[in-house]
Amino acid sequence: MSKQITIPFGPQHPVLPEPLHLDLVLEDEKVVDVIPTIGYVHRGLEKLVEKREYTEYVFIAERICGICSFIHSQAYVQGIEQIMGLEIPERAQYLRTIWSEYSRLHSHLLWLGCFADSMGFESVFMNSWRLREHILNDLEATTGGRVIQGVCKVAGVRRDITPEKLDEMVKGLRGIEHELQDLTNVFLHDSSIQHRLKGIGVLKKEDAYQLGAVGPTARGSGVAIDIRETGYAAFGKINFRPVVEHDGDCYARCAIRAKEMFTSIDIIEQCAKKIPDGPVDMKVTGAPDGEYFSRAEQPRGEVIHYIKGNGKKNLLRHRVRTPTFTNIPPLITLLKGCDLADVPVIVLTIDPCIGCAER
Amino acid sequence: MTYLAKSPWIIHYDASSCNGCDIEILACLTPMYDVERFGIINTGNPKHADIFVVTGSVNEQNREVILNIYNQMPDPKVAVAVGICATSGGVFRECYNVAGGIDKLIPVDVYVMGCAARPESIIDGIVTALGILEKKRSEGASAPVVTDHHMNKEHHKHAEGGVQ
Repeated sequence: MSKQITIPFGPQHPVLPEPLHLDLVLEDEKVVDVIPTIGYVHRGLEKLVEKREYTEYVFIAERICGICSFIHSQAYVQGIEQIMGLEIPERAQYLRTIWSEYSRLHSHLLWLGCFADSMGFESVFMNSWRLREHILNDLEATTGGRVIQGVCKVAGVRRDITPEKLDEMVKGLRGIEHELQDLTNVFLHDSSIQHRLKGIGVLKKEDAYQLGAVGPTARGSGVAIDIRETGYAAFGKINFRPVVEHDGDCYARCAIRAKEMFTSIDIIEQCAKKIPDGPVDMKVTGAPDGEYFSRAEQPRGEVIHYIKGNGKKNLLRHRVRTPTFTNIPPLITLLKGCDLADVPVIVLTIDPCIGCAER
Repeated sequence: MTYLAKSPWIIHYDASSCNGCDIEILACLTPMYDVERFGIINTGNPKHADIFVVTGSVNEQNREVILNIYNQMPDPKVAVAVGICATSGGVFRECYNVAGGIDKLIPVDVYVMGCAARPESIIDGIVTALGILEKKRSEGASAPVVTDHHMNKEHHKHAEGGVQ
């Protein structure tokens, strides 16, 4: 048996926009063990519920992460609304659905770019981020913010979208759809990319289930979990099927995200057709008294916001279980036995979002 | 404009930011904003870098990483704090694990406002930093090594102030 050596990977590493530290234990070029260290982005924001009123805390919940921002605020306010028994206007539900799918699109395009960059495919990186600007322009035009939107509030949303703007948005998305198709085709049918992804970093279905994988990491291994199917916001009134692949390798996880972008465009179009007229918010009195587990589907998987209040303006407890945090144990399994040179690619196939994972 | 300002290389570190500013820094590099046309390149090696771009509010775990990167950068160097968290701690100011701003740890030359900072203002901040970089070069200034001692002192000050 050869000698073992340990190589530190991160926290400051060119392929990671965010700090994650992995100690890779190697035998020659093979990774035999991985020891993760987290905490470089931990801020301790859950404890701020004691200092901020539950209505103000939406802004902090949104800043758990800059990529998944809208869906965090959505999951948080959903929890509050459930505790308080608020039936919020249907138009607000549809608007939330539209914005959450826009977030998914921008997150997946961001991932596609970073991932392509990690394997040296610079032109895909540049092109996917160019398309992403189109999504961000729409987000900014309708919410006022590019990455932090601040548009969700307890019992509704802050802004409405006019029917003309909705039409324009759908036309815009249909306009970039063929470009998106070209981009994902190049990415998914290029032989060198297939060579680097197929059969690499395989996560078996049982492992994915037992290790608690969520989102595209689980769906890539054939575990069909998508929280959107529970029908929160307006998802219950929309026809869509979650994308599931069965190979469990890096390629399967990439294919899922590539295909999900088209599902998102579909969902936005259906919402734009079905959205009813009416108010977008309602008056709230009192404070939440009770507890609730609020679930939502992030671009990276299921997020759970646990909220507990006692009828006062400040909540007692807020706890978030984020998708990246639950995807770290599967990641460790994926990395064991791989080549050192594949580590950056495998790490990026779970689309790590450390801002979420550590809060 | 002299040789330094023609192609400044930046190194970016996320010091417990929410990601928002980090993805906007990345957006600066891509076709819409394209800072590479100014010769600005994002590098992963501190020894190659002229400008240290930091986001986030600094926590207990990453203090040492920031010092490591900053001290390894060759002179002249400038530090740019991107976003309100890097400036003052922002919404996370009162969190228990947050120091509240990069200038608690290293000397900062330019502050970029915003939550999240917009790509336009980030580019503006970096262009401002170029002028400062050039000035430092002509003065032949060398930044002092920020030591652990400094960190510990700051650390205690923060710990006393942070408990209330």
